Amino acid sequence: MRLTTAGSARNIGEAIVGRITTQNLPDATRGQCIRFFAEGEAPVLNLAGYRAILSHADLATDYPVVDHLRESDHFRDGDVVVVERDGFVRSLYRSYERHHSLFVTERCSSNCLMCSQPPKDKDDVESLTKRNQELIRLMSPAPEYLTITGGEPTLLGDHLFELIDQLKTSLPNTELHMLTNGRTFAWPEYTRQFAAIEHPNLCLGVPLYSDCVGDHDYVVQAKGAFDQTVAGLHQAARNGIRVEVRVVLHRLTIPRLTRLVEYIYRNLSFVEHVALMGLEYVGYTPRNIAELWIDPFDYQAELERAVGYLAIRNMPVSIYNHQLCVLSRSLWPYAQKSISDWKNLYLPECERCAALEDCGGLFKWAVKKHSEHIHAL
Amino acid sequence: MSRSFYPFENFAPAPQQVSLLPFQFTHLFGQELLVNEAGEFLFAPEGTTRSLLEGAVDVRSNLYKDLKAKHIVYDETSSPLLDVLATKIRTKYDHLSGGTRLHIFVVTLRCEHSCHYCQVSRQTAAKGEFDMSQETADRSISLMLDSPSPHVTLELQGGEPLLAFDMIQYIVPKAKEEARIRDKGLDIVVTTNLACATDEMLTYFRDEEIRISTSLDGPAFLHNKNRPRPGNDSYERAIDGIERGRAILGHSNVAALMTTTAASLDHVEEIIDEYVRRDFHTIFLRPISPYGFALKTKDRTGYEMERFLEFYKQGLAHILNINRSGYRLAEIYSQILLSKILTPQGTGYVDLQSPAGGAWNVLVYNYNGDVFASDESRMLAEMQDWTFRLGNVHKDNRRSLFTSEAALKMFEVSCNQSLAGCSDCAFQSYCGADPIYHHATQGDMYGHRPTSGFCTRNMEVIKHLFSFIKEDNPETMKIFWSWLTGSPLPAKRGTCD
Repeated sequence: MRLTTAGSARNIGEAIVGRITTQNLPDATRGQCIRFFAEGEAPVLNLAGYRAILSHADLATDYPVVDHLRESDHFRDGDVVVVERDGFVRSLYRSYERHHSLFVTERCSSNCLMCSQPPKDKDDVESLTKRNQELIRLMSPAPEYLTITGGEPTLLGDHLFELIDQLKTSLPNTELHMLTNGRTFAWPEYTRQFAAIEHPNLCLGVPLYSDCVGDHDYVVQAKGAFDQTVAGLHQAARNGIRVEVRVVLHRLTIPRLTRLVEYIYRNLSFVEHVALMGLEYVGYTPRNIAELWIDPFDYQAELERAVGYLAIRNMPVSIYNHQLCVLSRSLWPYAQKSISDWKNLYLPECERCAALEDCGGLFKWAVKKHSEHIHAL
Repeated sequence: MSRSFYPFENFAPAPQQVSLLPFQFTHLFGQELLVNEAGEFLFAPEGTTRSLLEGAVDVRSNLYKDLKAKHIVYDETSSPLLDVLATKIRTKYDHLSGGTRLHIFVVTLRCEHSCHYCQVSRQTAAKGEFDMSQETADRSISLMLDSPSPHVTLELQGGEPLLAFDMIQYIVPKAKEEARIRDKGLDIVVTTNLACATDEMLTYFRDEEIRISTSLDGPAFLHNKNRPRPGNDSYERAIDGIERGRAILGHSNVAALMTTTAASLDHVEEIIDEYVRRDFHTIFLRPISPYGFALKTKDRTGYEMERFLEFYKQGLAHILNINRSGYRLAEIYSQILLSKILTPQGTGYVDLQSPAGGAWNVLVYNYNGDVFASDESRMLAEMQDWTFRLGNVHKDNRRSLFTSEAALKMFEVSCNQSLAGCSDCAFQSYCGADPIYHHATQGDMYGHRPTSGFCTRNMEVIKHLFSFIKEDNPETMKIFWSWLTGSPLPAKRGTCD
């Protein structure tokens, strides 16, 4: 599924966020919309009042416009897009989906060896916050689930509180999940402020890679991160903030996986869900693959032990990003179809698989690196 | 702008300063069992503690990582997280934070049974001087609600409390009203042999949301032998009461407890089968308490602790088999200890606490207003031993009860962390102190562990449970965990795959 396209931009000062419409709206209701003319459609003359115009065909106008669009068949009425000065058009919200995300910054305080979205040291906070505030205003219908992600969202400072407060007011029934390294929550005052927003449906997704300080800090490439994350999880729980722990499975995290879930049960027993996730071959991972790679087929015994340890204790546990043909049968009940459809693909082999319907498939970037044991069932 | 990656050594320098956290250890099943203050344990190779003391454990090894993650050792890289250990210990002791929760009211000493092991003096069933007065009830209710606990349990006991049903009908509305005024939660339980329970009484309990706890010692021959009454029909009346009680109050509101007498020792499987036949899903294999008439009639009821432990082990094996066949039956004592060993939570069970549960977890208000540190304490008093009488409801308040000479003397020996024989015991964090037991059996509250029945029993039961944990049979562990979590039992053997 496509999320981006581009064309030739004119008359655009700042990036424009708006809602796609393919209809000729009455002038008074155009204020939040971006008029889109699909391939073969001749642009109408009255274009006043739209935030911008997108068109396949050449379009001469004084309004903000991107014409000669390359691809556009992914646009639907109600989608929210951002149109950049350089003619780049990114979909931020697709009205017909259940899962949505809010990308709040590219900055991060950690630098995980397998980061799928490598951080950038540029100050994007003001611009992205502005964009996201507008995006939240335009999201309709209200999404069922929304993931706040980055980068590290807590680096937004007060802007994060503003965004969550806005979400609480304008999308009160949306289930919020915020992916954070949890380190900032080690500061009691920060966590107190965060909790004071009292968002009714919010859960933090926090990664923890080892029960030992050095091992975790090495994976996230940040000294002191383990102490801060564990302290942060405790602070969060103390303030009534719900937390999930996420573990990416690779050659550095597998050896002590059972010890790690034991640590979570004994020291972080308030955790409401543990997600055990397959490695994504994207971002930093290809660079560090020699150190990270273990075929998922080769860690089934460890995974079964860890899942069994949590399940017998009634700790909710799920496995993400794994193909059923590589998972032990006993683990199937825990496997989630977790890969968003725009990131997802199946191999030619998969087409004749009997379990295809129930399988999460692969990340599209897994074409280059995946288990050698994928086979049709 | 891309960032760089740094090598492992930058993040995980070898620790220089290894220090020990408080822990205990013992030899068990060819290994060394190390247990920290929060009850977390580690099976490690024999000699691990010695190596630690000699500084010979490789700080790069997985063993060292295990020791550190389980808060048995710390080094300069782990000190910020000692708070986490504090939180774990606080969680284990959470039951102490609220104040006394269980309050036993002895509404009458009268009883129509004459059980050999009865823990209190039996009296005629005629009304008289052995009933609680309204004034005593009023003061007891007030003292109960003076406990800082936001939620208290009122247990109506005897004697046979149903013989003083009018007093129950006086206490219940009064306690509820007082609790409402003081904004406290209140549960009420009545401990009865059910022999005299009428449908009207049971309907009253239903309407007042009072749960029933009764006695069932096993099949008819054994139950009636242990629990004589005129007509020799204790069993028949108990079963009839249980059935009617369930019909009126609902199945889950009627619980049963058994007491193991010498006559029980050869019949553990029949006792357990009786519980299954009667559709109970918990059973507590309880040794006889060395109090009250049980001490006097020792030749008829008493036995060596070693004999009880055989009974317990045989019983637990039978209970596990029953669970394997798909019927859920939890053994309560094992469940309590497994919870202490395997989970981060503490338990409120009075008899396995440090500080000991007497007064902190339970107070007993006798019919005459005397306040005791536990049910066992007032049994001693019925034998003219007032060591654990903290005061009287008509003279004392909560403060004077807890600072009475009797209380302070008891509290002094209430922590197994500071008792000889316990202070270095690997099972310390799972066990408790019991000054009342040791006073009753050894004439010394402090107690002598090598000859203590309390110690013998708990050491052996805990070791036995560890043998299952060490064996780690998936089916057995699933059964144990189903007791702890309430999850379904593992699939019945032979029915799938």
